[in-house]
Amino acid sequence: MTAATSALSTRFARGGALLRAREVGIGVVLLLVFGVTTLHNHNFATANSVQQLLSGAALIAMLGVGETLVIVTRNVDLSVGSIVGLSAYVVGDLFKDHPGTPVILGFVVGIGIGAVIGAINGFVTAALRVPSLVVTLAMLYIVRGIDGLIVNGVIITSSNIPNAFIAIGFRTIAGIPWLAIIAFAVVVIVAYAMRSFRSGRDLYAIGSNPEAAALAGVPVARRVFSAFVISGSLAGLAGALFLALHAEVDVTGGTGYELLVVAAVVVGGVAIFGGSGTVAGAALGALLLNTINQALVASRVSAFWNEAIAGALLLLAIAFDRWLSLRVARGLRSAEGAHRDL
Amino acid sequence: MTSEPATQAPRKREYTGTETSRRPVWQRALRWETGLVVVLVATLIFGSARSSDFLNSTTGFYIGLNMGEIAIMALPLMLIVITGEIDLSVASMLGLSGCVMGQLHSQGWPIGLAMVAALAVGALGGALNGVLVARLGLPSIAVTIGTLTLFRGLAEIVLGARTITDFPAWMTNIGVVPVPGTQLSYSTVIFGVLAIIFGVVLHATGAGRAIVATGLAPEAAQFAGIRVNRVKFGLFVLSGVMCALAGILFTLKNASVSYDAGTGLELNVVAIVLFGGVSIFGGRGTVIGVVLSVVIFGTLQQVLTQMQVQPEVQNIIIGGLLLVSVVLPGGGEAVGRLRARLRTGPHLARAPATQPAPPSSSDSSMQSEEKK
Amino acid sequence: MSEQPEEVPRLTLDRAAKAFGAVQALVDGSIALFPAEAHALVGENGAGKSTLVKILAGVYQPDSGTLGIDGQPVVLSGPVAARDAGISIIYQEPTLFPDLTVAENIFMGRQPLRAGRRIDRPAMNRSAGEIFTRLGVALDPQRQARGLSVADQQIVEIAKALSANANVLVMDEPTAALTTVEVERLFEVIRALRREGAAVLFISHRLEEVFAICQRVTIMRDGRFVRTAAAQDITVDEVIRSMVGRDLDVLFPKTQAPVGEVVLQVEGLSREGVLHDISFSVRRGEIVALAGLVGAGRSEVARAIFGIDRRSAGRVTVRGQVLPNSSPLAAMAAGVALVPEDRRQQGLVMDLGVDRNVALASLARLSRFGLISRTRERELAADWANRLQLKFGRLTNAVSTLSGGNQQKVVLSKWLARDPALLIIDEPTRGIDIGTKAEVHRILDGLVAGGLAVLMISSELPEVLGMADRILVMREGRIAAELSRAEANEDLVMRAATGQLKGAAA
Repeated sequence: MTAATSALSTRFARGGALLRAREVGIGVVLLLVFGVTTLHNHNFATANSVQQLLSGAALIAMLGVGETLVIVTRNVDLSVGSIVGLSAYVVGDLFKDHPGTPVILGFVVGIGIGAVIGAINGFVTAALRVPSLVVTLAMLYIVRGIDGLIVNGVIITSSNIPNAFIAIGFRTIAGIPWLAIIAFAVVVIVAYAMRSFRSGRDLYAIGSNPEAAALAGVPVARRVFSAFVISGSLAGLAGALFLALHAEVDVTGGTGYELLVVAAVVVGGVAIFGGSGTVAGAALGALLLNTINQALVASRVSAFWNEAIAGALLLLAIAFDRWLSLRVARGLRSAEGAHRDL
Repeated sequence: MTSEPATQAPRKREYTGTETSRRPVWQRALRWETGLVVVLVATLIFGSARSSDFLNSTTGFYIGLNMGEIAIMALPLMLIVITGEIDLSVASMLGLSGCVMGQLHSQGWPIGLAMVAALAVGALGGALNGVLVARLGLPSIAVTIGTLTLFRGLAEIVLGARTITDFPAWMTNIGVVPVPGTQLSYSTVIFGVLAIIFGVVLHATGAGRAIVATGLAPEAAQFAGIRVNRVKFGLFVLSGVMCALAGILFTLKNASVSYDAGTGLELNVVAIVLFGGVSIFGGRGTVIGVVLSVVIFGTLQQVLTQMQVQPEVQNIIIGGLLLVSVVLPGGGEAVGRLRARLRTGPHLARAPATQPAPPSSSDSSMQSEEKK
Repeated sequence: MSEQPEEVPRLTLDRAAKAFGAVQALVDGSIALFPAEAHALVGENGAGKSTLVKILAGVYQPDSGTLGIDGQPVVLSGPVAARDAGISIIYQEPTLFPDLTVAENIFMGRQPLRAGRRIDRPAMNRSAGEIFTRLGVALDPQRQARGLSVADQQIVEIAKALSANANVLVMDEPTAALTTVEVERLFEVIRALRREGAAVLFISHRLEEVFAICQRVTIMRDGRFVRTAAAQDITVDEVIRSMVGRDLDVLFPKTQAPVGEVVLQVEGLSREGVLHDISFSVRRGEIVALAGLVGAGRSEVARAIFGIDRRSAGRVTVRGQVLPNSSPLAAMAAGVALVPEDRRQQGLVMDLGVDRNVALASLARLSRFGLISRTRERELAADWANRLQLKFGRLTNAVSTLSGGNQQKVVLSKWLARDPALLIIDEPTRGIDIGTKAEVHRILDGLVAGGLAVLMISSELPEVLGMADRILVMREGRIAAELSRAEANEDLVMRAATGQLKGAAA
């Protein structure tokens, strides 16, 4: 390799550096948004406000972790919103009908529901080879329907939920909300697994080049199945936390979350075509979107602008990713072509 | 050395590599539509069993009224899915265009002009999708989730929290009275006409062939002179305009519009298109299938509502139908794979360890392993 | 620099045969690989090399013949078995994971672990680095695989093979896409592999490279083993003669057609990094062939003329009309037709029927008031099916059910239906049985006699020599030689293609 190409390749292609750049980039934007808004409205930087920011993003961040696993394998899970709703309600119902239920059991039930639905998604996608878009779309309907049946018009209110459970929704430790800590723990654990275990690397391989993955002996179906089970379980967990956070739930719990999650994940640098992206990035994406949302409110920008800005952001993120990969490819191609005429 | 005389009788199934031959497209399509007809008949029977005056024109009117806008949006989405893309922004454009029309009208614009403006907005929105997907090559699922949010957001900017209800009565009547001389709602008739046009275009024009080829084999289509990017761009613009049309009808039918009009409908539209036999992989689908799917969904909804089945159960049924519609073919193939594995063992067929090479090795290798 | 081969070869293949339907791909495949040697396998396209390699890779099972490893007969039940037996294939198209690092690519599924079943990244990177040191290359194990040059991707594939303890490495046309510098580096790697005791099977058309790096040469022709010799005991001439020596068949009826005015004029055609300053012309009634090795740029010329690829310089004129850049529609309107190289991906829509495929390039013509007349479509297809003697079940049967030869006829029909002035045909008879081959040649001959201009790209020397009025030999993106029908012979063409021609542009 000539000096020119090796220098170029180091600059363009140290994978780790590039990845870290994305997360750092989001972090920078996050700080910028935070800073600019605080200038406008000093209340934005109060402890209370920051706690709200963290809590508000926690659920989506958690969903983002699960969604990242699925998207990395070139699939998508559109049923997460419905799982959140169902899980939240069933847990609430459990507390309502059995007031002595320990808090931990509530979580177990919530996660369990998510795991079961995730398993169905995973089975149909991996074993029956049905496109995940369709499967999870169908499950979205079915789960919403089941949720509606169970809800039957009855709203779960805070009186039905044990205080210890609700406490998780607003309590803080050293100023940091429990919710944020839980979300952070989830991100750290999954990120570590994705990085340090073979099964985690397998997911990236499957998304990067499915044929090569199969050739290399990666158990593709099993891994994809696991990804969906984890995604479902995390959605179930998020459902339980939803209940804790809002202290009430009706039939509309979690509606629309699936699109929010995909947006957060894409903004966070997870390629929609699979193979790359980190759960940390997804979580940061969720935090960024929520911060922008709240920043607009704090800046007295009409709340009506929120969605449009979110949509525009998402489009920008997608286009930027694409532009970036094209630029890298072109840079390397011309470097190659230049010394090809030797 | 092979010595096959040039005039040998034709072998209909030749070894073509590792694929098995597929049945021709129309044959496969017909099977799906036949199934849909069966389901439709079953639904109608079910409905009339439940309620003696089910099969009358009033029911037809209401089914058409409820499904009209969704059905109109399903037509361009069908074409988009056939080319291998997807458009999730359909319902948001419905809302946005309705809001634009409502806002302009409330500011004094004549309703006709406001409608034109709404359609223009649809075209622009579709063009945005088209540029991002066809020109920049961005993945349509991600792009249209972005535009879904963007359009909804723009609708919110246009109307804020207001609801516009001030529409000319003679226009909002389309939500109440059928087209004179028929028992069908306006949206049904419009859908019917559009369905015929789409059907003709897809199945009987060069443009339709180009669309199918784009979905089945984009590279081969390019080599045949088809401008794949143009086709996709055009379809997204078409989708935008037709969703705007649906938005206009939706608004007038309800005689009101607010920013969240039609939220969530995109999933219904996608479900209907997929259930209609349009393959998510692209290249396959018929207008008849989508029409049947629309009618089935509408009828089913009507029956269940009359039975006072909650909307939730209806959701379960819709989801279940969608799931079945993709699991059946997928499951069939999975079973086929399983059977093949059981037959030949987990690895490829074994050749005998030592086999003396016959003097004319060509002869014995004529009976090669045809099935792989 | 030859080594005395040890007594027991690492790998032997004895008289392997393999057929696919009507096509006999391998008749007598035999080869013996000894440890620590670089062994070349040469032969024209269609000589059976790829089939032999796939058998070694465990992808195909031979219909007959024996495979032996270290003297023991062995059956490879699949690619995994081959890998376990120590055989690794380095394909021309590497299959890497672009989003993962080089080290991860090497060790995917087999990453070294530390406590708690966690991946030991430092150890993995170190091992990768060690392999690269063994090979004598400087690659960063921690860089992302995306954007690696083809040469570097190859090195990664070789490293992958070594990490799986391969002792037989098969390299399929490894130098096709490399620069001279990269080739030299690859040779160093091969020497390093030999030092480790591995056997390298080097498949290549480039004879100067073969003689530079290999100790022994095996030559194949028409699916058969021809001879094996030590590199020092054989000359380039003898190799070429063994590769091509045959009688020209009567399979190529060539009638002399009157040559008319210029139909295609190409001037200074270039595409950055791929084609350099290509200029030639084709006239009515003549067949001009583009010959050369894989990677010489022939198909790229066709694609640039037709407008599928963008050209960076040069002018293409058809019947006096200058073609705009990058517009297949304009080329088609000017009367150009392209039968592409990859029938299944580019030439046909496999799931559609014969009738729909034939009609695909004539959609406008078949429409009246915008509507396609199904009868005219059917008649068109039936007409051409008749003329070209297409064998099919029903016109509506998917073309995937047809044999290769009949599929090619469908592609031809699609284009001939447009009554083109210039037909560019890329590998007209690849993967087609002998009988249909002759038919296709007859068809082309008849068309040319009728005034069509044909630009033919072919890797089969007999076809080129039998059909062409003029032969343009390409090499590395340039035209290396132009030969007339009278003066051309297999030897000359091969030399020009491999850069052996005295005074030819390097």
